[in-house]
Amino acid sequence: MSNFIKFISDLLSSPQILLGIIVFVGLVAQRKPVSEVIRGTLKAILGFVILGAGAGILVGSLDYFGQLFQYAFDVQGVVPNNEAIVSLALNDYATSTAVIMVIGMAANILIARFSKLKFIFLTGHHTLYMAALIAVVLKVGGLDGWLLYIVGGMALGLTMVVFPAIAHPTMKKITGNDEIGFGHFSSITYWLSGEVGKLVGKGSKSTEEMNFPKSLSFLRDSSVSISLTMLLMYLIVTIAAGPDFVANTLGIGDNYIVFAFIQSLTFAAGVYVVLAGVRMIISEIVPAFKGWADKIVPGAKPALDCPIVFPYAPNAVLIGFLVSFLGGIVGMLVLIAVNGTVILPGVIPHFFVGATAGVFGNATGGRRGAVIGSFINGLVITFLPLLLMPVLGDLGFANTTFSDADFIGTGIIIGFLANYGKFAITAFVAVLFSLPFVHAFLTKDKVEA
Amino acid sequence: MRKIVCICGSGLGSSFLVEMNVKTLIKDLGLDIEVEHTDLGSAWPGIADLIICGSDLYDNCKRFADTMPLQNIMDKNELKEKLVDYLTKKGIL
Repeated sequence: MSNFIKFISDLLSSPQILLGIIVFVGLVAQRKPVSEVIRGTLKAILGFVILGAGAGILVGSLDYFGQLFQYAFDVQGVVPNNEAIVSLALNDYATSTAVIMVIGMAANILIARFSKLKFIFLTGHHTLYMAALIAVVLKVGGLDGWLLYIVGGMALGLTMVVFPAIAHPTMKKITGNDEIGFGHFSSITYWLSGEVGKLVGKGSKSTEEMNFPKSLSFLRDSSVSISLTMLLMYLIVTIAAGPDFVANTLGIGDNYIVFAFIQSLTFAAGVYVVLAGVRMIISEIVPAFKGWADKIVPGAKPALDCPIVFPYAPNAVLIGFLVSFLGGIVGMLVLIAVNGTVILPGVIPHFFVGATAGVFGNATGGRRGAVIGSFINGLVITFLPLLLMPVLGDLGFANTTFSDADFIGTGIIIGFLANYGKFAITAFVAVLFSLPFVHAFLTKDKVEA
Repeated sequence: MRKIVCICGSGLGSSFLVEMNVKTLIKDLGLDIEVEHTDLGSAWPGIADLIICGSDLYDNCKRFADTMPLQNIMDKNELKEKLVDYLTKKGIL
C-alpha cells in the first residue's frame, strides 16, 4: 500500500508527468480520438524532457563563460537569454510553472470574456516563460502551495491582456486594422519606441522607402546569428582570460581557441534543443487554449507573436536589430566602465525585440523613429535586467537572465512588493485583477443609463 | 503533394498559427496533406513540397522548396487565395 502511495506522490510531483496529465485532461475534454490523446500527451512529456536536456547543454557552456568573464574582467558577465534562464528555472520550479501557466490561461479567458480587454494571448512560449518568471519571483517572495498557484495564475492572466493593450495603439497603426493584437513580452520597449518615434519622427520618411542591403538577411536564421555572436564573445573573454587559465584552472586539454569555438557553438546548440522542447510542449497546449477561447469569448482579439509585424516593414526589422544590438554594446561598455555586473548583448533579444522596436518606431516616426527607438530599446534591455537579478534568488547568479522588457518589468514589480510581505503581493495582484471587471461593470451601467 | 511546412524565425509562435490556419483550410478543401511548422534553421532543401512563410523570409526560404510568401501572415483570405491558386496550378484541385 505504501508503495502505491509513494508511486502516486512521485507521479504527481514529477513536473513532466504533471504536464502530461494536464494535456491529457485537456485533450479528453475536447473529445479528441484516442490516438490523438496518446500522441499529444506523450509529445508534451517528451518536450519537457528535451527541454531539460537542452538546459544541461546550456549550463556547461554558460558556466565556463561565467568563470572566464569573472577572471578576465573581475565582474559577473551575464548573457540574457529567455530559453537559457527558463530551462534553468524549470529544474526547480517546474510544477509551479505548469500549474500557473494553466491557471493563467484560464484567467486570460475570464478577463477577455467579461471585460473590455479582449486579448487572447496566443504566443505560447512567452506564456510559459512568464509563468516560470512569476513562479520564481513569487516563491523567492515567500509564497507557496495554492496561494502561489492562484496569485501566480492571476498575475499571468493580467500580463496576457495588459501588455497587448499597451502595444495596441501602435499595432493598429502598423496593421491598419483593429482585428489583431500583439502578444510578445517586450511591450514596454515597443511602446517606448512608438512614443519616441512620435517625438523625433516628424517628417522622417518610412524605412521601406530606402534600399537596404539584402546580404544581411542570412542573420534572420537565429541559430546562425546566435552562433556568430557567442563565438565573438567567447573568443574575447577566452583571449582576455588567457591560455593558462583555460588549461590550468578550467582543466581543458584542447587549445584555448578551439575550446572557445566549441563552447560558443555548444551554447547555440543548447538554445536550439531547448527551443525544440518548447515547441513540442506548446504545440499541444496552444490549440486547446485557442479552442476554448474561441468558444467562450465572442469578439476576441488574438494577441500574436512579434513576426506578425515583420512583413509590414522588412527594412525596419534589420535596422531595428542592428541598431538595438549597437545600443546593447554601448550599454555594455557603460557597465564595464562603472565596474558593475555586465549585461552582454544577447543576440536573440536584440534580434526579435530590437527588430520589433524598429517596426514600432518606424510606424510612428519613420527612419528616425526606427533608429532612435530601437537604440533606446537596446539600452533599456541592457540596463533593466540589473534590477531583476536580485529578486530571482539563486537564479540571479546563473550567468544568464530574462531578456525581454515585460518579463523584467513584471519581475521587478513583484520583487519590489515582496519586500512588504506575502500579503502585499496577494492584495496587489487581487486588486489589479479585479480592475478590468470593475471597469466593465461601471461602463456597462453608463451605457444602459 | 504530401507536405506543407510553415516557417518563421524561431518556429514557435507565428509559423504555428499559420499552420493551424493551413490545416483548417486543407480540411475544408477535402485534401489530405501533412502540415507542420518549424524554424528557419531547421529547414533543408526538400523539407516539403511547399513552404509558407511571411514575405520578409521569402528570400531565406525559397532555396529549400516552392515557397509561398504571405504579406499578412494571419490573413486567412490571402492564404486561401494563394493556396487555392497554387494547388490549382499544380493540378491538385
